[in-house]
Amino acid sequence: MKNARIRVLVAKPGLDGHDRGAKVIARALRDAGMEVIYTGLRQTPEQIVETAIQEDVNVIGLSILSGAHMYLFPKIMELLAEKEATDILVIAGGIIPNEDIAELKKVGIKEIFTPGTDTNKIVKFIKENIEITKT
Amino acid sequence: MNYQGKKRIEEVKKQWESNLLNKVLKKFSERKNTFVTGSNKEINRLYDPLDLESFDYVDDLGYPGEYPYTRGVQPTMYRGKLWTMRQYAGFGDAEESNKRYQYLLQNGQTGLSIAFDLPTQIGYDSTHPMAHGEVGKVGVAIDTLEDMEILFSGIPLDQVSTSMTINAPAAVLLAMYIAIAEKQGISKTELNGTIQNDILKEYVARGTYIFPPLPSMRLITDIFDYCSKELPKWNTISISGYHIREAGSTAIQEIAFTLANGIAYVSAATKKGLDIDIFAPRLSFFFNAHNDLFEEVAKFRAARRLWAKIMKERFRAKDPKSMMLRFHTQTAGCTLTAQQPDNNVVRVAIQALAAVLGGTQSLHTNSRDEALSLPSQKSVRIALRTQQIIAYESGVAETVDPMAGSYYLEKLTTEIEQGAMDYINQIDKLGGAPKAIEKGFIQKEIQNSAYKYQKDIENKERIIVGVNQFQSEEEPMKDLLKVNPEIEKRQAEKLNSIKKRRNEAEVQENLSLLKKIASSEQNVMPAILSCVRSYATLGEVCDQLREVFGEYKDSIKI
Repeated sequence: MKNARIRVLVAKPGLDGHDRGAKVIARALRDAGMEVIYTGLRQTPEQIVETAIQEDVNVIGLSILSGAHMYLFPKIMELLAEKEATDILVIAGGIIPNEDIAELKKVGIKEIFTPGTDTNKIVKFIKENIEITKT
Repeated sequence: MNYQGKKRIEEVKKQWESNLLNKVLKKFSERKNTFVTGSNKEINRLYDPLDLESFDYVDDLGYPGEYPYTRGVQPTMYRGKLWTMRQYAGFGDAEESNKRYQYLLQNGQTGLSIAFDLPTQIGYDSTHPMAHGEVGKVGVAIDTLEDMEILFSGIPLDQVSTSMTINAPAAVLLAMYIAIAEKQGISKTELNGTIQNDILKEYVARGTYIFPPLPSMRLITDIFDYCSKELPKWNTISISGYHIREAGSTAIQEIAFTLANGIAYVSAATKKGLDIDIFAPRLSFFFNAHNDLFEEVAKFRAARRLWAKIMKERFRAKDPKSMMLRFHTQTAGCTLTAQQPDNNVVRVAIQALAAVLGGTQSLHTNSRDEALSLPSQKSVRIALRTQQIIAYESGVAETVDPMAGSYYLEKLTTEIEQGAMDYINQIDKLGGAPKAIEKGFIQKEIQNSAYKYQKDIENKERIIVGVNQFQSEEEPMKDLLKVNPEIEKRQAEKLNSIKKRRNEAEVQENLSLLKKIASSEQNVMPAILSCVRSYATLGEVCDQLREVFGEYKDSIKI
């Protein structure tokens, strides 16, 4: 596993159309040597979990700027648990108010990156946390 | 410039360079090797008349209110009437949003701007499975005419101008607006406002599309046609560069792709046989105001000049109103930082200043907390006050186009116009904007710029105060706006209740008539009006159109 390339699913759950961040992150992760799959817009939690399992990814990166994160993110975590796929590292980004971050971490999202985050920080976070989850 | 004059400047410049400049540079190097604008255009050390050698005052600028409108679309600009202060707002349900509108109007706002939630923008009722978690979040939830009645209660529609950010289902929301005007006893000819109705940018930058491009363009030309006969004061489209810029484009790309989309709409309408001088005066535009003050002012002026030329030379418009690029501006949401959010007040002030110096017709100023959540009432008030300070205290509104004649500004204006024209020629070669979008050309150009912008920040080639320099520890911002989580349930109850109260047979009859007309060549507007009058839901109306038109699926390359 250690020598294999890290596979990441960058996903846009819900109806939000703001995908500048998702696309920039996708490209930055690819430039950092990861294999990146981008879902495109308007994905249901079911679709995201299904794609993640089918594509055998190590990481899911979720992006929402529409405010629907408190419904959609926990739903995705629930479905991952149902499918026994909690070994997938889930991180998220977007317009997420501080007070929601703690709650989202409680349901298993490892880190939330808010606007202004350096993409290198995300790369580093994935590399550091993927080994813990995968070995 | 005459020969003598030019010679003299060249001589003096040469002396200045050898006697002073070069000596100073030997001792003190400049801060950077190259200086660039916010959009990465190289900036010279200084500009002088030699940069404007081919500049011709009458041809390039002329007088405001006259072709090519570089200096503005009205002869007196803000000396006559200030721009419309129009804050984009809407959240939760119709009752809550109505309260925010009343508040803004009481605080001196002069026009309304309606934000709809995502299910509404994508033509889903609040009870649709895809709507879960999204109801009332980024705007107000509208399911039926009843919601619109509540939204505008106590607001006489003949006394406000209303802008609605609605694209794929624009025809449906416009029909609802007409229907509530009827209920208020106001004639359609009195209605003043704008629907965004710009689908092409949805495919490349904003994402709230429903139908494929071809039937979407047909809906748009149906609206042009209907409004030219029935709603003479209505702006039928707001061709938007705002979201293209937010998606990461440069200033030149913003103008180029927006005007290329404009060309596509005008071509579609003239192909349908509409008279250009009937519909073109009702076209309006919507741009972004970013941080680089001079570049942004130049951008607005270049856009006006270029559009005037396109309408006159390419489309042979005759009415001067067809050539005038009138626009709304919003400050750049993407420049707001989550770090030290109060700093955003200053960014917004600079951006708003650029919009005013660029001659905008209306303006939305963002609130300082928008990188964190929807804006709180207090933040919205500061944003509105920022516009009022520019209008009443700064003095920039007291003369027309005050920055004209600046060597730098005029040079930039010309460069941006040329850069945009080069792109438009490229897009023409690909077969026009819809084809260029289909081929992914425009998306790719925007994505490349967005990525470069991000990398420049990470490499510190671009400094963002509080983000990659001058960071400080801070308390998290308090009093953020939270949308009531009960909204979704309340909205579902309202929807079920109206469905029980309406005349079901009439609704079904209107819906099947709409389907028939959508499959024909006839204008869909009257049929949509009948549907909404009988309280058919937005989702029901859009479903009829989905069945006839199909749905668009995005193919993404990263």
